[in-house]
Amino acid sequence: MTKQLLKGNVAIAEAAVRYGLQAYFGYPITPQTELLEYLSKRMPELGRVFVQAESELGAVNMVYGAACTGARVMSSSSSPGVSLMLEGLSYIAGTELPAVFVDVMRGGPGLGNIAPSQQDYNQIVHGGGHGDYYPIVLAPANIQEAIDYIGLAFTLAEKYRSLAILLIDGCLGQMMEPAELPEMQPVRTVYPAWAARGAAGREPIIHTSIYLNPLDQEKTNLRILSRWREVQAKEIRFRGYYLDDAKYAIIAFGTAGRVALSAVRAARNAGIKVGMFRPITLAPFPAQAIRELSERLEGILVVEMNSGQMLEDVLANTHNRAAVEFYGRPGGNIPLADDILTEIKRIAQGKSTLNGHPRDRWVDRMLAANPGA
Amino acid sequence: MQVEIMIAGFGGQGVLFAGQLLAYAAMNKDYHVTWYPSYGPEMRGGTANCTVIIADEEIGAPVVGYPQVIMVMNRPSLDKYEGIVKPGGFLIVNTSIIDRAVERKDIQVINVPANQIAEKIGDKRMTNMVMLGALLANLPLLSNEEIAAELRTHLPQRHQNLIGANIQALEEGARFQQEPA
Repeated sequence: MTKQLLKGNVAIAEAAVRYGLQAYFGYPITPQTELLEYLSKRMPELGRVFVQAESELGAVNMVYGAACTGARVMSSSSSPGVSLMLEGLSYIAGTELPAVFVDVMRGGPGLGNIAPSQQDYNQIVHGGGHGDYYPIVLAPANIQEAIDYIGLAFTLAEKYRSLAILLIDGCLGQMMEPAELPEMQPVRTVYPAWAARGAAGREPIIHTSIYLNPLDQEKTNLRILSRWREVQAKEIRFRGYYLDDAKYAIIAFGTAGRVALSAVRAARNAGIKVGMFRPITLAPFPAQAIRELSERLEGILVVEMNSGQMLEDVLANTHNRAAVEFYGRPGGNIPLADDILTEIKRIAQGKSTLNGHPRDRWVDRMLAANPGA
Repeated sequence: MQVEIMIAGFGGQGVLFAGQLLAYAAMNKDYHVTWYPSYGPEMRGGTANCTVIIADEEIGAPVVGYPQVIMVMNRPSLDKYEGIVKPGGFLIVNTSIIDRAVERKDIQVINVPANQIAEKIGDKRMTNMVMLGALLANLPLLSNEEIAAELRTHLPQRHQNLIGANIQALEEGARFQQEPA
């Protein structure tokens, strides 16, 4: 295969098709709509299922039903649409079914805007819906990774009977970049034993998230947790840049990670020994790797397109061993590499501290720069 | 090496397509490239822009605060983006419909009466190709031939009869080179 110039949303849609997507249910919302629009034409061409539901609630419950059959199923949306799907996500997780979702995040809270953001980190990574459940969350930073990880999302969802969520932002959804699509893979014809595909000649299979006996529910919770521990042991992924001789490092994911990479290169050119650590699995979180970084680095800068959500997961693993600072642009703004470079320089000048919370220091700087806020 | 190019104008002026042609040609020359559009709630007659970054290594940020090259197709784009051209960079101005001069002295300005040239060739819709020709004449990263090859691949079938005129537009635009300082 050769490289093609592909838009993120379209690349994910075609990659999902080639990885054997059998049914898609969704509802349009910017900046994700091209994904649904592309599949509305492509899926029927191949004789596969496409439904534009009456709402996100309809779509997520169609995914729930289709997932009971063992088919490769998927939906996609953007922040406010994903909020509407959370009840369904909890039900799918509680029923221990594999399903794949794509969240192309935009600015908020509320209706917000359609600009790129990472505001859904907490909602997606830490559950969002009710109950103890643990979605696998993958955060690509370029179009090739988006293609590769939508395939990985199907594999992991099915291996662990889990939700797998591709978490990107409007920038990655809308931008074009050269990337290589996989070969077309055959749609599955053999289904797992738990798939409900007609009960003729056997006992019925019942998929449910209702366990009226609390002891049965507790067993289910423990089963879900034990699967999650296996995910944590085997499926952590991240990428490091310029870390070998680094005194400082940026921790950032997705688009924020890309911008941070530009800032890191500029800082290196200025003689500052800074590297970057980019989590690819936000869940399971690369906790051990961040613990090890915090043991050998003098300072860490977390950069996010929100008000510091992953920041808390970083802080939980650095334990005040290294000073942590934060730079964020919430509300649908992409940080500029120059602004991140300014933060790196501040840290390299020894202006970071172990006292107080990095978000408080960041908010004070932001408020000083935005007198009207 | 990394070059950042922003193209801005009215929706319908071919701003996004001109950027895509650059991106396709750069990809086929084995450069790293990103194309990022403004995707606000705009439509025909509104404003549109895209940023194309071409580099010889993995591209970090797909948007930059101070692009090296900005091509402005209309007055609102000049007003909005004149201030952010990187010092020493290029500002390519469609003087056919922009009724003021560039104020900055620390950048290289290429004034192109692009609408008039396109209309003389026969179709106002080729304004973007005239501007692109001027851009590439001053930033010899990609050749007119390489852009023409992408036109043949990506121009819709119903517009394939305009390929010759588009190539002429690129060549006419290329005559507008910055005088050596």
